[in-house]
Amino acid sequence: MTGKVAITLNINGRDHAISVEPRRTLADAIRENCGQTGTHIGCEHGVCGACTVIVGDDPVRSCLMFAAQADGVPIRTVEGLAKGDTLHPLQRAFMDHHGLQCGFCTPGFLMLATAVLEREPNITDDDLLDVLASNLCRCTGYQNIIKAVRAAAAEMRA
Amino acid sequence: MKPAPFVRHVPATVGGATDMLAEFGPQDGRILAGGQSLVPIMAFRMARPAHLIDINGVAELARVSRIDNTLSIGATVRHAAFHRPVADAEMGRMLSTVVRHIAHYPIRTRGTFCGSIAHADPASEWCLVASTLGAEMVARSKRGQRVIAAEDFFEGIMSTALAEDELLTEVRLPILPSQAHFGFYEFNRRAGDFAIAMALVTYRVTDGVIAEPRVGLGGAEARPRRIPEAEAALKGRPLEAKTFQAAAEAAAQAIDPIEDIQADAEYRRELVRAVTRRALERSVP
Repeated sequence: MTGKVAITLNINGRDHAISVEPRRTLADAIRENCGQTGTHIGCEHGVCGACTVIVGDDPVRSCLMFAAQADGVPIRTVEGLAKGDTLHPLQRAFMDHHGLQCGFCTPGFLMLATAVLEREPNITDDDLLDVLASNLCRCTGYQNIIKAVRAAAAEMRA
Repeated sequence: MKPAPFVRHVPATVGGATDMLAEFGPQDGRILAGGQSLVPIMAFRMARPAHLIDINGVAELARVSRIDNTLSIGATVRHAAFHRPVADAEMGRMLSTVVRHIAHYPIRTRGTFCGSIAHADPASEWCLVASTLGAEMVARSKRGQRVIAAEDFFEGIMSTALAEDELLTEVRLPILPSQAHFGFYEFNRRAGDFAIAMALVTYRVTDGVIAEPRVGLGGAEARPRRIPEAEAALKGRPLEAKTFQAAAEAAAQAIDPIEDIQADAEYRRELVRAVTRRALERSVP
């Protein structure tokens, strides 16, 4: 059947029972079927990283996964970072260090950095640069993103 | 930029997957593992498989195990599994060095070792590792199982010896001998890009000279392979700049370079000279 399949996407702890074609990417399902438009779609072929979300414990390009593959797996998106009015340390650090200008790439960077810092709180600077090279930002020149993530990493360790 | 419609099949076992492949392989069916190469190609509509057999739920394919002197890597083992050493000594260090050059972190959490092997991009780091070490590929189908040597497996650009009903279930990598050294160098224009040329060298040092040298090149020809001329220039020689230059020169002369938008044949030959020498320099204990 190329017809639609019923799946449940668990996004930031909330279940979304949806019906999608097998070809529906996770990025499109999160935005179009679940209405969570914080996840951005840039290139749709895995190069830019704007659509990065956390599936299970892994940061992934949601344009390179099919929604049906994430059926029942906990997914985290940028909407789940803040706790009420309290921003996540990474979100605050991006503001404090001017880690964004237009903001299009920011949700992807935040989810990438969140997943990696949770897994490796003591990540070396070399490894951190390798990780942050994963996503494209055309505004900041990366320096302020790097500063922001370093500052948040220090705060999250404290 | 959206993939064309397809039917998704979700086997739970290798037997289930090979049954599906026997049925749907001839109907333009493909295996979906990590999807980090296949899905972009589908988004561009350069591939429009009618059926995808999604093997991510086959538990028995998710294992890395050591059997005697072989590292067995199952079909759904992700690149990221190699960020930390999975084997002792230089073997683990070699794999965790090479993996850093494969795309980017979020690609490595999904993409698979065996998927790279089956995709057979000439610029694939794992294909270079498989060729240089002399890996064996285990192919299963409804007809049975066969083991294919690396030199017979890679046939050309994105072309392998796998038949349309065969699933690459496992790659068996020979573990580097104790006291082995390795060096890896990859040239590309941006971090995470495809290699324009790369070299992997391994050897031991016996009585002050190089023994059992292996020199593999990737990204330079239609398929990765060992370069016997460069290995001959190393064997029995001391570890010194003159030896490395001779091997690099032999490698540059021996290859039949591919040409593409990134590099013409002459430039690739220059790059091979450079990456071979730099891989050797990095190998020095």
